[in-house]
Amino acid sequence: MLWACIVFPQLALDSILRERDDPDTPLVLLGGPAQRRVLQAVNPAAAALGLRAGQTLTAARALAEAFTCLEVDAKRIDALQQLLAAWAYRFSAQVSLHYPRALLLEVGSSLKLFGPWPAFQARLREELAELGLRQRIVLASNPVAARILANAHDGLAVSDADATRMALLSMPVQRLGLPADAAEAFARMGLKQLGQVLALPRSTLARRFPAQVQLHLDQLLGLRSLGLDFYQPPDRFETRLELNFDVASHQALLFPLRRMLNDLAAFLAGRDCGVQRFRVYLEHAQGADTQLDVGLLAAERDAGMLLELARGRLEPLRLPAPVRNLRLVADDLPPFVPQHQALFDPRAQQLQPWEQLRERLRARLGDEAVKGLLAAADHRPEHAWQAVEQGALGNMPVAPGSRPGWLLATPTLLDGLAYQVQGQAERIESGWWDGGDVRRDYYRIETREGLRGWAYRDLSQGGPLWLQGWFA
Amino acid sequence: MGAVVDLDRLLDQRRVWRGRQAQVQPKALQPTGHARLDERLPEGGWPAAALTELLLASPGCGELQLMWPAMARLTAEGGRVVLVAPPFIPFAPAWQAAGIDLRWLVQVDAEQADTLWAAEQCLRSGSCAAVVCWPERADDRALRRLQVAAETGQALAFACRPHQAQLNASPAALRIAIDTRPAQWRVIKSRGGMPPAVPIACPGQG
Repeated sequence: MLWACIVFPQLALDSILRERDDPDTPLVLLGGPAQRRVLQAVNPAAAALGLRAGQTLTAARALAEAFTCLEVDAKRIDALQQLLAAWAYRFSAQVSLHYPRALLLEVGSSLKLFGPWPAFQARLREELAELGLRQRIVLASNPVAARILANAHDGLAVSDADATRMALLSMPVQRLGLPADAAEAFARMGLKQLGQVLALPRSTLARRFPAQVQLHLDQLLGLRSLGLDFYQPPDRFETRLELNFDVASHQALLFPLRRMLNDLAAFLAGRDCGVQRFRVYLEHAQGADTQLDVGLLAAERDAGMLLELARGRLEPLRLPAPVRNLRLVADDLPPFVPQHQALFDPRAQQLQPWEQLRERLRARLGDEAVKGLLAAADHRPEHAWQAVEQGALGNMPVAPGSRPGWLLATPTLLDGLAYQVQGQAERIESGWWDGGDVRRDYYRIETREGLRGWAYRDLSQGGPLWLQGWFA
Repeated sequence: MGAVVDLDRLLDQRRVWRGRQAQVQPKALQPTGHARLDERLPEGGWPAAALTELLLASPGCGELQLMWPAMARLTAEGGRVVLVAPPFIPFAPAWQAAGIDLRWLVQVDAEQADTLWAAEQCLRSGSCAAVVCWPERADDRALRRLQVAAETGQALAFACRPHQAQLNASPAALRIAIDTRPAQWRVIKSRGGMPPAVPIACPGQG
């Protein structure tokens, strides 16, 4: 078993920066009680102003004026950690959030699929960078060692117990994750590194320090194992984004929407499923939320495509009031089956598969806009065709040329139009059982302009002919 | 004048008209299914991956008769045929009787303003074999867009327009006017060859 630990040194700050489109403006995160506000994190632009984490807000105000203050939001960080676990779940079945702001992944069994560790690690880093998060990654032979080594290293990979032990021996005592008093006691005893601690006889260590110190050291060296709670992906996806200001234009909503859909795509890839239907709630300061439903005919999970579809539905939407928050809920998460494509596909140059095109058309033209045709077994012309989702062949063949290619949506009275009746009448008499009873004599006609039509006389009413179709 | 243009390629693309036409008819990529029309057309059929304009005396004057054989062939090969905002309801039994596999026929309803957009999307996607649209007001630029989209997606594009439009120039590769009295097809423009001087009589009515 090999364990990778990904530490997010700036999770709180990154969680805010990734949602802002102005990363270069000075920004600080505040924490602490109301009487003594303390800067918890600063972004590089704020650091350039001389602001440092740990300063009081008063001191910071004395140093600089123009910076944005934001509260640390524990719920947001929790949600982000859940998302990260969902993301990591696609690389490993054993993902743990045991340590705060860090992910533990069992990667020994994933290496066959995701390539040798350097390539795998590069992929992890690339995807995290896309999510907008800074990270340190360490590989070790047990989870505790991986977490502890990540305190001092980035990119370290030790793949067996001996190498892990060697790497640990030179770790400073303060960074071993020991209880503070134990770490301090070691330091005062002149023991600077783990190697020196381990050189002590085990029994003396057990006598002088609480049992948990020995337990922690054993877990660190892999002599005892740590019980980890593994992450279980949830069955639905929900995320909420506070915009901090009122947004009235569609264009400005796209940026946060893109971020949410990227998160959704990461989640879906982790669960190996797609999304068929999701709903975006546009929350206003007052009044009910505006709902934006995006429904697809087939499951999809490509972020770019989801954004395009959501955008197609967002643009025609009328916003009754400025939007303050965005919430995205996806309940319907069916398995995702990628489009099968043969190597020698005759139309290999397909730029966009039909399923995507259909969704794009539906997004802009409406859910019912794209349809197939079905020839139904009914003699009445108005019942002999049906618009269906997927076209299909009918089982009542008609003689070629005996029916018009175009049917009028509603028959029109042939009044005042010069025409000539050609041939014999064809009687269609049907439908007495379902209330749509027709008794008609159909004729082929030719107008003075040379158009050939299909018209009928209603036998129950008589009178002039009604035009119902064109032989085009 | 840095670009050297291969003569063969130029001739293959049929951008150059040769006075003495070679007698051998090339194998048609997209036969129309009407033998007498095919032999008059320079590519021996519909211009592949290009726009064809059908100029109708009025809607329903015989455009389906003209297009059905090609559609039947395409759907039988598993190519998708898309009708963008047709003026009437395609009467499924008749289309099926004409040999069209309804599983591959798709109708897209669109407002007049979205017709060209939808047609262009379908053409450009490359997942449709033929796209037929009925644009109401299509200017030169809109048709050129369709033509480019058809080239990109390697699809047949048909635009059905009223007779009046035949006076305007058009970027379409082939323009055929459909007359009703007498029932005939007039090739107005065909890229890569002289349009036949004599109209072609429609085959017997179906």
